[in-house]
Amino acid sequence: MDFQVVVLAGGNSKNLTPLVSKELPKPLLPVANCPVLYYVLHQLEQSNLKDLIVVVEGEDAALLVGAWISGTFIDRLHVEIAAVPEDIGTAGALRAISHHLTAKDILVVSGDLVSDVPPGALAATHRRHDAAVTTMLCSIPVSGPSESGSSGGKDKAKKLGRYNIIGLDPSKQFLLHIATEIEKDARISKRILHAVGQMEMRSDLMDAHMYAFKRSVLQEVLDVKDTFQSLKEDVLPYLVRSQLKSEALLNRTPQGEENGNEKVSSQNNQAFISRILANASTPSFHGIYSKNPDGSSSTRKTHKCCVYIASSSSYCVRLNSIQAFMDINRDVTGDADHLLSPNNIIGPSPKLGTKTTVGPNCRLGEGSEMGDKCQVKRSIIGRHCRIGSHVKVVNSVVMNHVTIGDGCIIQGSVICSNVQLQERVELKDCQVGAGFVVTAGSEYKAESLAKKEK
Amino acid sequence: MDPRRTARTVSDPKVRQVGFFTPAPPERSVSDPPRFQDPIQPPSPSPTQVNDHSPSGNSLSPVMIPPAHHHSDNFLRTALQATSPTKAFSYSAKTVTIPPENEDVASSFSPGRKVVSAKSPSSFPGVKASSVPASELTTVSVVNLPPGISEKAGGASVEVQNDRPVSAKTLKEKTSKAERRALQEAQRAAKAAAKAEGTKASSAASKVVTSANTKPSKAAKSSSQKNDGSQVAASEKKGGDRAPEKDRKKDAPHPRMQYDDKSRVEKAKKRAVVKQTEARNRVELFRHLPQYEHGTQLPDLETKFFELDPMHPAVYKVGLQYLSGDIRGGNARCIAMFQAFKEAIKDYSTPPEKTLIRDLTARISSYVSFLIECRPLSISMGNAIKFLKNRIAKLPLALSESEAKSTLMLDIDRFINEKIILSEKVIVKHAVTKIRDGDVLLTYGASSVVEMILLHAHELGKHFHVVVVDSRPKLEGQLLLRRLVRKGLSCTYTHVNAVSCIMQDVTRVFLGASSVLSNGTVYSRVGTACVAMVAHAFHVPVLVCCEAYKFHERVQLDSICFNELGNPDAISKVQGRKEINYLDGLVNQENLQLLNLIYDATPSDYVSMIITDYGMIPPTSVPVIVREYRRDHLWS
Repeated sequence: MDFQVVVLAGGNSKNLTPLVSKELPKPLLPVANCPVLYYVLHQLEQSNLKDLIVVVEGEDAALLVGAWISGTFIDRLHVEIAAVPEDIGTAGALRAISHHLTAKDILVVSGDLVSDVPPGALAATHRRHDAAVTTMLCSIPVSGPSESGSSGGKDKAKKLGRYNIIGLDPSKQFLLHIATEIEKDARISKRILHAVGQMEMRSDLMDAHMYAFKRSVLQEVLDVKDTFQSLKEDVLPYLVRSQLKSEALLNRTPQGEENGNEKVSSQNNQAFISRILANASTPSFHGIYSKNPDGSSSTRKTHKCCVYIASSSSYCVRLNSIQAFMDINRDVTGDADHLLSPNNIIGPSPKLGTKTTVGPNCRLGEGSEMGDKCQVKRSIIGRHCRIGSHVKVVNSVVMNHVTIGDGCIIQGSVICSNVQLQERVELKDCQVGAGFVVTAGSEYKAESLAKKEK
Repeated sequence: MDPRRTARTVSDPKVRQVGFFTPAPPERSVSDPPRFQDPIQPPSPSPTQVNDHSPSGNSLSPVMIPPAHHHSDNFLRTALQATSPTKAFSYSAKTVTIPPENEDVASSFSPGRKVVSAKSPSSFPGVKASSVPASELTTVSVVNLPPGISEKAGGASVEVQNDRPVSAKTLKEKTSKAERRALQEAQRAAKAAAKAEGTKASSAASKVVTSANTKPSKAAKSSSQKNDGSQVAASEKKGGDRAPEKDRKKDAPHPRMQYDDKSRVEKAKKRAVVKQTEARNRVELFRHLPQYEHGTQLPDLETKFFELDPMHPAVYKVGLQYLSGDIRGGNARCIAMFQAFKEAIKDYSTPPEKTLIRDLTARISSYVSFLIECRPLSISMGNAIKFLKNRIAKLPLALSESEAKSTLMLDIDRFINEKIILSEKVIVKHAVTKIRDGDVLLTYGASSVVEMILLHAHELGKHFHVVVVDSRPKLEGQLLLRRLVRKGLSCTYTHVNAVSCIMQDVTRVFLGASSVLSNGTVYSRVGTACVAMVAHAFHVPVLVCCEAYKFHERVQLDSICFNELGNPDAISKVQGRKEINYLDGLVNQENLQLLNLIYDATPSDYVSMIITDYGMIPPTSVPVIVREYRRDHLWS
């Protein structure tokens, strides 16, 4: 279908410290015992997109990610890994691989997207409107600790501070305004407002970081505006802002080609055909605008910025904060468990002691051992963990090779790989970085524990 | 045997299929093979030769019978004797080599003879098929062999006769190793003969060799369409004439399927690319037309965007645009389709071991069936597709691929330019002569030709007034009105309800048409008939403007048999006015049926004149145009 797929996997995310580290870049952060990148790749594979470019920040991370991909998706996907320097932003990353892009349209997916929205839907919308950029919007997920059912009384609504203010046209097909944070005043182009007549402002939608770009437009913008760092904060708003006064540069290339190929005589007929086609379709506001009121031929260049709004029933979350990490872990084992195809709730050989209970919505990795009288509820436990007796794990994520001593109580926490918890440790809403050792009998609440860098 | 010709005659009941051409390729593939296979085999046998009877079967034997096995001769005779009385199996020509072991096994059963004879012919195509084209097929049949032996011993002797595919399989499986070797040898011999035959340039081959050569290749051809041996048997069972029909059905859903025929609908659904949910409450009279829940198709198609590999992106895009209503109108749809096909042809490359002519036709057919699933074809598109397929079929064999492709692309351009654009210009030229100063012209909906006529007349400085009559739910007239007003024409806009009030001021009615049928009936946007009738009552001349490529030889007396159903929601809701919600919640009720027709048929009585690119003609002269047009452009 002439689409190229670029997965922006990222590298070391500051939002997710101490969960990610040099040894464990963000794309490999396990969500329900599967690296988060797996969800994106798996979904692309299901959509029959087998040729991918994965962009990773940092050479080391790229090596790790590449090794994992080649181990997991061998014979299934054709993946090329590109390593880009850190902190050049999403736009910078695309700029770095820009010369590899050849297809007519580019599908850019963020590597931390956990969703079941088919990318084909976005691509189809893009093609149907012949848009310059199409972005996927999804409803903002309900965040906050899962109290679904059992103890629903606690306050959640601890919403993320990041809103998107999104302006749509009445048919909900075109993007008219996008701003990341609530600012005191939103600047909306009068021209757009005039052309559309009516604009709907929404704050309940989130930009899902899945975009379809027209390649020529994308490359042009990246070339010319070399200060742009982020797709979401720079490129997309720029394209949206300029959709009605699209600088000639956006349209020059295709037109030049057309004119070069055709003879003058046939141009008349071409104009004729395009007029018939244009008259036959319901014009979008772009079309109406581009014609001058007196009906003379189009002189103003426009391009379309479309949106695809995922239906509210589909699941779509980005893993960009620790809270989101917890939410996704909860959802993947719970409501949205269709995302994970190998559905092993309990790994092949966990050794459970007597009177140990594992509640619903749990996942135990292979080779984990648990002592007597343990309780595990709504939690994920990685591979080869050793858990002593009388341990309570609720709403938590325990990664691989973790040792937990007897009598520990762990609530709402993330415990990274190779952590050692000695006896009677109590953790609540904590994040424990990889390789940390928590001494016996200590209690922590809402803290982030990590080994100091030496 | 020539289905194309029968389809063209008006009296034939098949005339219904005429406007829509997806079935064409398989039909051609039936009649064409002799021509395409020229280099390999002389064209001597008639295409119907599949039905040949015993004599030719005898002539085959010299080549096909394994030399080591002598039974075959008398066995063949028994087989023939057995088959000829049982009328159901008319393909005894196929019974050539019969593994002698069959006889042994069969004789152990009580109904023996008949069983064998019934089985053996059907077992043949598979075996023979393996003989000619490639060794791989042979191996396939070998693989199938062993397990069947024990199975057969169980003896489903009674059922065998009825259950063809099973018996065929089991019989084939029963042959022993020695048998198979013998068979292979025989096949090799046949192959060698065929080769020898092929090298002898054209004619002078002996009769025996000729028939022996053509038969196996024929069998091979039929089997190569389906790789499975049992399927071959099944198709053979139907006999030569019906097989192509089956193929055709497989190729594409019948465009004019009767949608009240449940079994067919089920079958079509299995094939469909677009998953469609049928609307529940349909009007009784229009049950035979497809109607789907709108809004379910688009998301489904969208999610499959990357999975429809064989579909060319351009075609896919056009399909989406049809489905979502972004492109409408006969000319626009036709042009969009042809431009997409042009793209597809540009990117096309013939797969190995296939010929461009046939493979491309099949490819186009699959595109067309996809487009049909998105929205039923218009008659103009049907004619255009017929033109294209005809062009592909007429390509000289010697043409290289790139030449063929560029020829086709030129043909497409030529069609668009000549048949659509030039003819519109000619129509405009003719029609403008009918506009005088002071006229009040009425038009209905938004026809591209009528728009051009009005604009051109305006450019010529004629002073006239335009009445644009419109109707819900599409309100296409508003778009036309917008463009006319911008150009400075003086216009009146009204809805079709008021047409009788405004008609007394009108001096001419200009209408566009989706198609003109050979009895003069004008097939056009729903509401046109009403306008024409009112104009007739007021003695206002009705001029229908229609390009000649939209003419069709079908005869239609009402707008029921062929029509298109639109989205019923479009008439139950009023766009942009949410407060009009009287029907909310009622739409799915058992006793409410919504009907949103797209087209209607205007009887020729109400049409004063038809303006086409051949000039201005009375509606009674349409058959002449149809005939001339066919002769000039399609079949030349």
